[in-house]
Amino acid sequence: MEYAEILHRCFRCGFCKLPSDYTDINCPSYLKFKFETYSPGGRMWLLKAWLNKDIKTTPRLAEILFSCTACGNCVEHCVFPAFKEDLLNAFIAGKGELVNEKAIPPKVRDYFEAIYLHGNPFKRLRKNRANWATELNLESFSGQTYLFYVGCLGSYDENGQKMAYHTAKLMIDGGVSFGILGDKESCDGNEVRSMGEMELFKHIAEKNIQEFRNAGVENIITLSPHAYHSFKNDYSQLGGHFNVYHYSHILKDLIGKKEAVTSGTSIPVTFHDPCYLGRHNNDYQAARDVLRAIPGIELVEMDRTMNNALCCGGGGGNFYTDILGGGPDSPARVRVREALETGAEVLVVACPQCILMFEDAIKSEGISEKLNVMDLSEVVQSGLP
Amino acid sequence: MKNIDKELADIVGSEFVSNHPEEKFIYSRDMGTMEPAFPDLVVMPNTTEEIQKIVQLANREEIPITPMGGGLTLSGLVRPLKGGIVMDLKRMNRIIAVNEKSRYVITEAGTSQGMLQAYLKKHHPSLKHSVPDAPPIATIAGNVLIHGSGHISQSGGFHSEMLNGMEVVMPTGEVVRIGSCATSPYWFSRAPLPDLAGLFLGWAGTTGIVTKLAIKLYPNRLFNDVKAFVTEDSEQVAEVIHRVTGTQVAEDVNVVMSSRMPGFQIVFMTYSADTKEELTWKRNLIRASLKKFIDDNVGGFMVVLPVLKGDFLEVPMKNITQFADEMQGGGFEYIGAIMPIELFSEAYRTGIEIADHFGIPHFIIVRVVGLGHCMMFAYAYAFNRADEADIKKVQAALEDTNRKVLQMGGIPWKAEAPAQKQIIEHMDPNTFALMNRIRAVLDPKGIMNPGNWEV
Ligand SMILES: Cc1cc2nc3c(=O)[nH]c(=O)nc-3n(C[C@H](O)[C@H](O)[C@H](O)COP(=O)(O)OP(=O)(O)OC[C@H]3O[C@@H](n4cnc5c(N)ncnc54)[C@H](O)[C@@H]3O)c2cc1C
Ligand code: SF4
Ligand code: SF4
Repeated sequence: MEYAEILHRCFRCGFCKLPSDYTDINCPSYLKFKFETYSPGGRMWLLKAWLNKDIKTTPRLAEILFSCTACGNCVEHCVFPAFKEDLLNAFIAGKGELVNEKAIPPKVRDYFEAIYLHGNPFKRLRKNRANWATELNLESFSGQTYLFYVGCLGSYDENGQKMAYHTAKLMIDGGVSFGILGDKESCDGNEVRSMGEMELFKHIAEKNIQEFRNAGVENIITLSPHAYHSFKNDYSQLGGHFNVYHYSHILKDLIGKKEAVTSGTSIPVTFHDPCYLGRHNNDYQAARDVLRAIPGIELVEMDRTMNNALCCGGGGGNFYTDILGGGPDSPARVRVREALETGAEVLVVACPQCILMFEDAIKSEGISEKLNVMDLSEVVQSGLP
Repeated sequence: MKNIDKELADIVGSEFVSNHPEEKFIYSRDMGTMEPAFPDLVVMPNTTEEIQKIVQLANREEIPITPMGGGLTLSGLVRPLKGGIVMDLKRMNRIIAVNEKSRYVITEAGTSQGMLQAYLKKHHPSLKHSVPDAPPIATIAGNVLIHGSGHISQSGGFHSEMLNGMEVVMPTGEVVRIGSCATSPYWFSRAPLPDLAGLFLGWAGTTGIVTKLAIKLYPNRLFNDVKAFVTEDSEQVAEVIHRVTGTQVAEDVNVVMSSRMPGFQIVFMTYSADTKEELTWKRNLIRASLKKFIDDNVGGFMVVLPVLKGDFLEVPMKNITQFADEMQGGGFEYIGAIMPIELFSEAYRTGIEIADHFGIPHFIIVRVVGLGHCMMFAYAYAFNRADEADIKKVQAALEDTNRKVLQMGGIPWKAEAPAQKQIIEHMDPNTFALMNRIRAVLDPKGIMNPGNWEV
């Protein structure tokens, strides 16, 4: 297994379970399941035991590995600089071994199959990929400055579609030159990669790179931080070099250059940092700059913010496989309670996975009356308060 | 063992009981060198009532229970030596109340050091608790129950001395309260009642399961600083400690010795103040207390560079954990010997000898407990977890250290099961007989963490 040489170096000290001020458990999988086995250190030791044949391949082992959301909290907070950068790589490599053994949870298998056959996890028709854009009359990409890549959730999920719509509308209004790929768009593959299916990821990425090249794409705006991460960091390893932006970067250029002056009513909002924008790409400011530029918005921070943000629990394919779903300690439910505690009326997100997870969590918590989840572009569009 | 999974699941919920090989594997061992001992089940209760029911069930079926907090002692104290149930208490992590005036906090047993630290910082910034340098997921209860020590131990003593009261599920299932909370709604102290806390402190979970506890809090001052005093003469260090603690100014006094700085003993003294003037005044007092050594030319103050100052003022100090990667192998274990400070020089020389003998780099860290009333003298040995021979070597060094500590008149702290046997050999037989009588009364079926404190 790749990265096997670092497994025994984990002390299982547990710094990686926590944020930097130690407030509470910050590994979403450990938060939900609570057994040491589901903590980053537990994973390290179990992988080592598995390689040593001290434990066998079991559905439990698969659940433990695939409940990792790839949020990167462990990488951020492990106290051993000599190997911390490779912790998540080791977990992904571990999942990869189970993929090779075909010992993966059924929902993970469904996910891979759907992506392979349909280019999206929902088994939806490719030709409907751009339905969200009909009303906007968007142009297909044909050499505009930017390709707007909306991804699977932006294409098919109701909340994601709304995000894509609002973002596109703002860009049209702001005079941004962009087009979409429509039915030529396919899954970005980030989750496939984070679930260890490297062959499938390579297949997806190479096809996408070819598609982008054929269309003459140089600059890409993504709706999802996951796609942003993949295009920026992983596609480049496969020869796909593009200038990649997350939509928050574009919104920042459009409106976020100066601080707003608020007079009259203001509304408290809090921002949830998506892992793939924040911890994975060290970008914590663009979305906040946008929010600060909107008059009437009072930005309040949660206890766990920026590099300490608690993941929504959707990463690593969990938004689909739902291994972490349900129960009051599911990360999304803990996170919406944390948002509510700040006194915020709106929980602002910048990722279609986060919005999906939080919409469900707010319903389960029964707090829809008190807390609204909105994506950044919708906040800008609505011009709160 | 009778199959009790279903009954346990009815008590705590099926998702919090496991007999999967993965949990059995992880809960069979800790980060130190002790051999694994496998549980039959791991269970995670959420309330005192659930613990009560589990204990009643275990009593009926005569199944051992090993209580576990962070499991971070490194001496394998949460390995279930005779199988049965490992009870991971970290779900019980609610902070119940802080009494600002009387400076104490009541919390559940599974609350972590880090969580309490963050909670106080946010809600009661004028207060702090004495934090050990263990990783922050270590629990308050686990640490108090082993007589831990930490960042206020020079002024406040062992963490068990900072304990005001407890709620305990007895090995037979009754819930008892210890300390003022047995009689009053307040958890302010263990005095003036007969002090029953001793039935649970230092017993390695063999006498009951603590579910709640109250510990003392201390002023959290705005200005913090550290001074470092260095000497190459180990004979001087006990006197250095004696003098500096005599000022009653420092909160934490540590001495560090390592093969990276051979021959040097560096005494770090942290202190805090509400104003800059007070800080200067305290610094001057510390300086004055050690002037004699400078005049005699046997030691001097060392400049602590601002980058290093941060490391030493960090609570907990991460660099102690980082010692685990010394051999690039994810492991270390230490013998923390509790001993009087006058044994410093002998203890130091012994440490060097043992390390040299086994060919291990030495790393010794000493924490002064109380006003020089005693010290925790830690001999730490790093090992490569992937190298069996290296582990065996460190095991032998640890055993040798325990033996020599006892010969000197010290006592290994949070002693691993083999070291407990060594201690018992040195113990007044009547004391050990009393321990056994107490245990027989409290735990007639012998279900609580058996294999500990036994010959
Ligand atoms: C890097 C490092 C640095 C350390 N530095 C320090 C330090 O500065 N000071 C210090 O004091 N220690 C230190 N330690 C030792 C140890 O980690 C700590 O003392 C820690 O706080 C122990 O708490 P725990 O929750 O891990 O206890 P555990 O290991 O879980 O438990 C300790 C013992 O108490 C029993 N127990 C636990 N909870 C209960 C309960 N609720 N009821 C009954 N019995 C219970 C267990 O069965 C066990 O016998 C350090 C350890 C490491 C790894
Ligand atoms: S991953 Fe790092 S921080 Fe986490 S337990 Fe292992 S060594 Fe400690
Ligand atoms: S990446 Fe996130 S979910 Fe996965 S082990 Fe690390 S902290 Fe836990």
